[in-house]
Amino acid sequence: MSTPAAPKPSQVAPPAPPAPRWLLGTPGLRVAGLIGALVLVLLLVVLSIMVGSRTIAPGEVLRVLFDPDGGESSIIVHSLRLPRTALAVVVGIALGLAGAVMQALTRNPLADPGLLGVNAGAATAVVIGIGAFGAITPLASLPFAFVGAGLAAVIVYLLGSAGRSGATPVRLALAGTAVTAALAAVVNALTVLDPATFDQYRFWAVGSLAARGPDVLWPVLPVVVVGALLALALGPALNVLALGDDVGRSLGARVVRTRVLSGLVITLLAGAATAAVGPISFVGLAVPHIARALVGPDHRWVLAHSAVLAPALLLLSDVLGRVVVRPGELPVGIITAALGAPVFIALVRRHRVAQL
Amino acid sequence: MNGGPLVSRLPSSAVRSVRLGPLSVRMHPRVGWTTLALAVAALASLAWAVSVGDYPVPLGQVLATLVGQGQPGTDFVVLGLRLPRAVCALAVGAALGAAGSVFQSITRNPLGSPDIIGFTQGAAVGAVLQILVFRGSSTAIALGAVAGGLVTTAVVLLLAGRGGPLGYRLILVGIGVNFLLVSFTWWLMITARLEDAASAQVWLIGSLNGRGWSQVWPVVIAVVVLVPVLTALSRPLAVLEMGDDVARGVGVAATRTRVWAIALAVVLTGAAVATAGPIAFVALAAPQLARRLTGATGPAVLPAALMGGFLLVVSDIAAQRVFAPTQLPVGIATGVVGGCYLAGLLVVQWRRNRG
Repeated sequence: MSTPAAPKPSQVAPPAPPAPRWLLGTPGLRVAGLIGALVLVLLLVVLSIMVGSRTIAPGEVLRVLFDPDGGESSIIVHSLRLPRTALAVVVGIALGLAGAVMQALTRNPLADPGLLGVNAGAATAVVIGIGAFGAITPLASLPFAFVGAGLAAVIVYLLGSAGRSGATPVRLALAGTAVTAALAAVVNALTVLDPATFDQYRFWAVGSLAARGPDVLWPVLPVVVVGALLALALGPALNVLALGDDVGRSLGARVVRTRVLSGLVITLLAGAATAAVGPISFVGLAVPHIARALVGPDHRWVLAHSAVLAPALLLLSDVLGRVVVRPGELPVGIITAALGAPVFIALVRRHRVAQL
Repeated sequence: MNGGPLVSRLPSSAVRSVRLGPLSVRMHPRVGWTTLALAVAALASLAWAVSVGDYPVPLGQVLATLVGQGQPGTDFVVLGLRLPRAVCALAVGAALGAAGSVFQSITRNPLGSPDIIGFTQGAAVGAVLQILVFRGSSTAIALGAVAGGLVTTAVVLLLAGRGGPLGYRLILVGIGVNFLLVSFTWWLMITARLEDAASAQVWLIGSLNGRGWSQVWPVVIAVVVLVPVLTALSRPLAVLEMGDDVARGVGVAATRTRVWAIALAVVLTGAAVATAGPIAFVALAAPQLARRLTGATGPAVLPAALMGGFLLVVSDIAAQRVFAPTQLPVGIATGVVGGCYLAGLLVVQWRRNRG
């Protein structure tokens, strides 16, 4: 405010927006950030196809990618690396968006898709599938995980909406905690009583992209596409909801419809991701935080950035998992936590966590 | 959910002062009677736990054994097998209940528990390392659990640094560290042989199977010494629930009280976890139930401890008997009961609040 003379009223510019507290404060920067993240994802996709117990040069990757010649590299790329990489991208998008919607829905920066009981429901159903129906391959456990995730989410929603004013964020979170606890005990009981089931379950529970082929990708893909489109379309409604139920309602938002749709989106996305690769912690929690630190509280941008940053995190984790203990590999779920946790803690220490 | 009545529902006019020599305590008769009733219930559950089993021992013979007049066979079953396990359950439950009431009071959050400072998960990593990597004895496992829990707590507190005693930052750092440790635990689990991983899994759920007298004493001593100390701290803690400024205004040293309360609660949790593993939900449910029964303000440390002991003894009986002869780890029983309890609590409370 160093202007010497007060300007005439007609010349008064609209008040300058306060200096942006976010790294990408303007729409231009945000679009640039989005494009940058997309390029990063593409680079990581190529890296993910290159790296493994047999490294393939980038030139050869590009050659066999578009011109499969039936050689060794071509078979590795098309039957192993490509499906795995595609699954990482799809699951990453699902986890990132599910986390962002979840945090917006519960207005809780600590919310994680697991909080709605989705992971616990999927885990319970998978354990029952392994123990009672011998469903030990990733493909066979897929329907169990889906049904379990859906049922748990419905139970949590019904429990959370008991009473007259319907499902408030806190109630949903608490109901999710209760259902998760009860289901975890069921999983514990089943795995303690049957060591063979536990043996299968522990490899599912760690969260891994290994040995998941196109047969897992194709059933999951349409669900994630529908869920992702719904999630991105929910941005404006979630922005209004962030003002609180009453203000939102007075601005014409349909609070209940937004909540139900959000719950549906979370179930579809988190259910699909968990069904495909097991419970992967941290991506759904940390990526929306990173996105908010970049673009601020506007959910439209947070959702878009989460959808691009999450696959980047998952791809990077998967590639690292294949590199650090060669020739073996670490499951991606462990790397996401090992990679994400320090970043997350550093973020928490340095910035005031962007509030919702 | 509101964390139970933070503001007492009891009429203040009914508060009595109980004087004992130079000491005086202000307390409501209902708090006193409820505490007494809980103590009776805890002792009754203990007697029940000793008398039921594959070889039932009538209560009369239990008493005879306790006063040294029993038959040798009964003596062995009661004194050698059941009593240490039941006392262990009582003490572990009491430690968890008391620690939970302190954590819930300090975080002003009905879901506050030792988990938020990473203690439980750190203890799990320490114990699983001992079980799977170093193949330690049960003493080594207990020490590993305590060491893991303390180191993790220290790291979390250091990383959280300043920024409010138990503010968001601490909780967020705790969550980050927790994720790291959980995934590390699972990595240990998938690299281990199945039998080892299964025994680690039983430890992680929390079990009282095969606990003898040698494992009982540490946790009993911790409870006997620390629960009274924390009970003495419960008045300043109750004031702290009104906020630091109010507490300072009425002469409570906010930071010092909080640090001591956390430290003692961590020791209690450590003793409990070292003895029986991280048992779910007792630290969460016992203080809530105790608060509802007593209607007291502030952390009801003693009632919560009694309630925790009662809950764990009963849960252990259920875990032993429901699928007999298979003995489930007690953590499964507390998990199922606790989850259903929490769900029921939410529904009932919302119905009552018309909302």
